[in-house]
Formats: sequence, C-alpha cells, structure tokens
Amino acid sequence: MAAGSFLRGLLRRPTAVAGLLVIAAVVVAALFAPLLAPYAPDDQMFDGLSLEGAPLPPSAQFLLGTDTLGRDLLSRLVFGARTSLLIGLVANGTAVMIGLFVGVMAGYLGGFAGAALMRFTDLMTAFPALLLAIVLAALLKPSLWIVALVIAMVNWVQVARIAYTETRSLVERDFILAERAMGAGPARILGLHILPHLVPTAIVWGTLGIATTVLLEATLSFLGIGVQPPEPSWGNIVFESQSYFESAPWLVFFPGAAILATALAFNLVGDALRDLLDPTQRGRG
Amino acid sequence: MTAPVLAVEGLSIDARTPAGPRRVLSEVSFALAAGETLCLAGESGSGKSITSLAIMRLLPKASLRVAAGAIRLEGRDLVGLSDRAMRRVRGGAIAMIFQEPMTSLNPVMRIGDQLIEAIRAHQGAEDATARARAMLDAVRISDPARRMGQYPHELSGGMRQRVMIAMALSCRPKVLIADEPTTALDVTVQAQILTLMRELKGEFGTSIILITHDMGVVAEMADRVAVMQAGRIVETAAALPLFTAPREDYTRTLLAAVPRLGARAGTDGPPRVTTQPLAATPAGTPPVLSVRDLSVTYRGARGWFGGTAAGHKAVEGVSFTLQRGRTLGLVGESGSGKSTTGKAVLGLVPFAGEVLLDGVAIAGLSPRAMRPLRRAAQMIFQDPYASLDPRMSVGAAIAEPLAIHRMGTAADRRDRAAELLRRVGLSPDHASRYPHEFSGGQRQRICIARALALEPRLIVADESVAALDVSVRGRVLDLMLELQETLGLAYLFISHDMAVIERMCHDVAVMRGGRIVEAGTRRAVFEVPAQAYTRELMAAVPIPDPARRPEPRRAIA
Repeated sequence: MAAGSFLRGLLRRPTAVAGLLVIAAVVVAALFAPLLAPYAPDDQMFDGLSLEGAPLPPSAQFLLGTDTLGRDLLSRLVFGARTSLLIGLVANGTAVMIGLFVGVMAGYLGGFAGAALMRFTDLMTAFPALLLAIVLAALLKPSLWIVALVIAMVNWVQVARIAYTETRSLVERDFILAERAMGAGPARILGLHILPHLVPTAIVWGTLGIATTVLLEATLSFLGIGVQPPEPSWGNIVFESQSYFESAPWLVFFPGAAILATALAFNLVGDALRDLLDPTQRGRG
Repeated sequence: MTAPVLAVEGLSIDARTPAGPRRVLSEVSFALAAGETLCLAGESGSGKSITSLAIMRLLPKASLRVAAGAIRLEGRDLVGLSDRAMRRVRGGAIAMIFQEPMTSLNPVMRIGDQLIEAIRAHQGAEDATARARAMLDAVRISDPARRMGQYPHELSGGMRQRVMIAMALSCRPKVLIADEPTTALDVTVQAQILTLMRELKGEFGTSIILITHDMGVVAEMADRVAVMQAGRIVETAAALPLFTAPREDYTRTLLAAVPRLGARAGTDGPPRVTTQPLAATPAGTPPVLSVRDLSVTYRGARGWFGGTAAGHKAVEGVSFTLQRGRTLGLVGESGSGKSTTGKAVLGLVPFAGEVLLDGVAIAGLSPRAMRPLRRAAQMIFQDPYASLDPRMSVGAAIAEPLAIHRMGTAADRRDRAAELLRRVGLSPDHASRYPHEFSGGQRQRICIARALALEPRLIVADESVAALDVSVRGRVLDLMLELQETLGLAYLFISHDMAVIERMCHDVAVMRGGRIVEAGTRRAVFEVPAQAYTRELMAAVPIPDPARRPEPRRAIA
C-alpha cells in the first residue's frame, strides 16, 4: 500500500488522530525533558512544602503541585516520560518479538522441537515474575535496562502461546499447502504467509501490554530493583505517593492519568493500524 | 383443494448495511399443501436459506429484518408471534434439519439424551425414552438400543443425519424444513437418506420444504418446485412440467448446466471446446506421471517415549500412469484415499512406493531437490478461497510461483500475471484486488492462473469444482478443457461426482478404502462397469428427470 494513502487512512480516523497526538506529546516530553520541565526533577525545593511539611496542591507556581519531598510534580512527570516510554516500547516490543518468534517456530516446526519450545514456554509461565526479577537484579546492577530485560522475559509467554495456536491453525490451511505445492521454502512461508497474519495479534498484544508493563516497572521500582530513586518514572511516582492518597490525591491522579492516557493512545493507534494493514478489510462496509 | 399448511405471502427481507437497508429477498410467495414436498432450488445467494430461516424466525436480528409479508401456519401469522409462542412452534409444528449433521448435534451428549430432550420439550416427560427408541427405529437405524447410548462422533455421517431426522420428526411436525440435508453426504448415503425422507413423509403425514442446489435431488424428491434467483422466485411449477417444459430462461440455463450421467456415452474423451488440432504425443514419450504401488500411512498418536500406536493406511498399493494431454479421474467416496493420493504424487505427504514425475523418482528427495520438479506439477484445490492467501493481492498470488522459483524480474512477473489473468478469462486490472472481492468461480479461475504460471505438464485438481454452483462449474470445466487442448496439460482429476468425472476424463480409477477397485478407460468403466461397487456408485447418482424417479424401497443403513 502506498505510504500516502496509508497516512490518509490513518488521519481519517478521529480516534487514531487523538491517539497519535497523545503519543506525540509523550515523545516530545521524553526527548526535550530538560527544556520543557520548569524545575529539575530531583530538586527538593524549600518552598515546595507547606509550613507543616505537607506537599502543595496545584498552583500557579507548581502547575501540578509538589510531592512529599517538595519536588515539582510536572517536572518529574516530564522526565518520567523517558523511563515509561522506554519500558513501554522497548521492553514490550522485545517481549512481542520473542513471543512471536518462539510461538511461530514451535507452531511451524511441530514435533519434538515444537513441543520442547512450548514446554519451555509453560515453564516460564509458571515462573514467578518477581522472583526472576529479584534474582536478575541481585546478579546484575539494578538499572533501567535490567527492568526492561526482566519485563521482556516475563511478558513474552502469553504472546508465544497465542502465536503458537494461530500458527498451528494457519499451517493447516489450504493456502499454506498450496505454497508448499509451488515449492516455497520454509523461510518464504513463514515470512510472507504466516507472519503477516499474526500482525493483528501482535499489535493488539503490543498495545495492551504497554499499560501493564508500565505498572510492572512501578512494582519493580517499588521493590527497589527497578529504576533507582531519585530518578523519576510514572510508576514509582504512583508507588511513592500512594500512602498520601487521601491528603494529596494529585500525586496519584496525575501520573495515573498519564499512564492511562498513554496506554489508551497506543491502543487506539494500534486498532487503526490493524484495520489499515489488513487488506481483507478493504472495500467492506 | 384443502387450505395450505404453510403459506408464505409477499415475504420481503432487508439486510441492514451501513448504506441503509438492502433488499435480499423480495416478494416471495408460495403455499405448501398437506403431505406435499416443495423444493426451493437455486444457486448460492439466491435467498433459499434466508427464506427457511425466516419461516423459523431464526434470522440474525442484527443484520436481517422482515420488511413485508406474512408467513401463515394453518392460517396463523408467524411474523407477529411472540418469541414465547414461536418457541413452541419451532420443533413442534415446524422442524428443521441442517446440512451438517455433526455440527447440529451436541457433541458431548448421548444420542438418546438429545432425542429425549427434544421429545420432552414439546410433549411432556411421559415415556420419552420409549418414544425416542421408537423414533430411532422409524428412521431405520441399525441397532437402535445401542445407538441411544452413543455420542455423535461414534456414528457415521449418514447415521447422524438419520438421528437429526428422528429428532425433527419426533414431535410429528406439520412441516419439515430440510436445508441441503444430503449435500455433505456421500452419494450412496444421499440416496438412502432421500429414500428415507420419502417414506417418512407418508408415515408421518409431514409436508416437506426441501432446500437444495442439486437439480438431481429436486427431480427425485419434489412434488412442486420453486426456482429462486437473486432473492426472487422466478418460477413455480409441478416437478414434471418444470423439468420437461421450463417456462423461464433462468430455469432452462440451470437445467442445461446440470451434468447428466451418461451424457458422454459412446465417446472416448471429453468434448472438444476448441477447433485446434490436438498435438499428437510422439510414441515412446515417458508418461507425465507414473505411480507404482503407492501407499500412504498416517502415523498413529505417538507417545512421549517413542511408543507408536498402529498407523492408519489411507492409501494402499495404488498404481497408475498418466500420459501428456490426458485426464485420469480418481473417483470415490469420502475416506477412499483419493485426495491423499493426489497429495502424495506431489510429494506433499510422506509415502511408500514409486512415483515418477516426468520420469524422475520423487521418493526421498530433499525439499531442495524437489523444487525444480514442482515446476512440472501443480495443484488446484477444492476451496479456492481457502487456497489463496487472503492478505495477498491476486496479482501477487499469481506471480508467487514465479517469485518462488526466481524467474524474471518483478516487472516480468507482473506482465506474466496480467497475461495469465487474461488467459483464464479475467481482466488484468483485477491484479491489484484481493481474493475476498471475487466470486467463487472467479477465485477458482485465479487458482488456475496461479497453477499455470510455471507452465506445468501435470495439474492435480482436487475436487476443484465441488464448491462451485452448477452454472459456474460448467464454465470452469470448459476452461480446464480448453487449457488441456491448447497446452497439452495432463490432469489428475479427483472428484466424488460421477457426472463431472464422466465429462472430464479419458481414464478412470474408482477408489474405495484406499485401494483402486476398478480402473480403465472412462468409456469402459462407465458403460460396462465390472465391479458391483462402481455400479452402486452410478446407480446412486440422482437423475435430473422426475419421470425416472426410483420406486420406493426400504433401505437399511
């Protein structure tokens, strides 16, 4: 499909445009955080707390208020976009890639190799994610990349399961048999005739996974294995502040809204992509 | 004449589409007299199934809506009836049987329990078990007491359809709607089920609406026929006059397209469709395909530690040869191993024995060594939609074999695809469209174009016209004959349809249970069949002539 008509198709869908705008805003925030943030994210300001030492609600000086250490919430959210975007895209993207690869190979090869791959997948499903994370973090120095790695290791299994079942049913279809009858090799069948059919699944899982990965990162950070304070991420802002939910609700509300908006935006764009990339939907009501 | 049991008056149905309602059924009217069999005949999309669903009030509410008309069951209009009252009508006064008996029976419930449930739902609990057994007896199922405790998958297709009929008739309905009841069945089983339905109609005093695309079935069953096309009834007439003197052009075309067994009697080959002289095959040319002692065993379930259950022999000791420019028909019922044979000669399933493709043995060849041979032999499948990648444009699909074998540049391949589209009677502009935008016949033409791309000498056609409407079927068969005459193709033509085989083939092999039971020239096999099984197959084919309807006889499954 021509890039022009693809773009036009995308822009004709108002929900997709809204999603794109939100994603663009997050990307801009992540890229230009130092320019956009009004304060430094780890600056514990003297006037950031009330006289009793409580965080300040949103005001003209601090647009989204301050946190319990007197840091500007807006600045922390803007810098936190970097972490969250990285986790959401890199960790999740890696998970989908691994899952697709394992699932498709297992489904296409079948037999002993397929069974071995799927039993390994089952083993990983049964493995507690947090335990794995703690082990990895103990072995390696905790950092953002470790978090991304751990999340990818944990999240690929569901994708692999689904890719496996879909591949199994695709392999049985006549058009794959027709390809074999024409003399197509496994690389061509897998790359041109099976993978394209899994694209919708991959997109749905990829976008659905973003919200859960951002939250998983928060869990890991909370346990001290993930993003190290004072470096901000949307997840750890929520976790740091959850005990102040009643006295300072903005501390949970704004990062929560950011996570929700980003996840929703990815879902909307993902839906539009799925429809646009599917030629069998074209010309239908 | 007495009042009709069921009368459909001016029934119109709209489909809800984003662009507003679209009429899919318009002004359909017919009346069904007591004890009568009315056939709704027509091709796919003619609205015959929608009509039957409307009578049962089973139309999908989200997409279809009755726009006008009335459906009167003994004078009572069903269209305005409450859902509650309608549920009593369904299965009570009107019962329905479907095409696929396996999917219409609950797979996890015993036959007996399903029957008892149907009886209880409409007639109370008293002696339901005894009545269920009596119904199984009535549909002439063998050993009814044992069948009561069996599950649907333990029965054969024919027995399942008998159970469905027993269930439908258990409440003595006034009207039985049968939607393609024998389409999924083998031809010998079809003959038994049709006989059974004729007999039960008399015993139970039920009127039957039989929906079918098969004019042979119409001729065997119908008292009256309503021919449908594009949502309208084009002609209603008693069966005999309809077949002998059809009034409408459409009925005439439909009848003309019906293949008749025996139409090619006294000839040696298929009809000529071009005037071009046939290329003579020089003596001594090796056959395109030579098969000796072919066996295919499907592996049994394999345990974790190498324990193997006994395999199932799908094909055993099959031998034949096929010369350039000729057609060998493999005919048989489901499970006879004919499709497996077709796949084995292309090396798509593991086999034992000897297969020579163009003189080269293909047994034990690696996929890489097999690849050049694939250019010599191609396959056309039963379901053209399933055998085209739905995400690939038609042009790309036709060019796909060329791309696989790295022939020509992308531009060359595009030109070749356009040329092939024209060759099979489609427009080259169609190349950029996707398979779902075409009709069934057009899709099969696309599959044929794809098979031709590599200029093969052999095409294995596996039930290639079985999924097509009769009028389209004739045109696709003509195209295949024309390609054979101009390109000298050899066909291995696999079909369950005796009439199609008769039209297409020079030689015939009849298969049963994985073996060839009779082989020879088509003329010899069809005119003087040596085996009882071959004669049985031919006798079971419905004859599209109501005057030659078989005498009622009792058949035991």
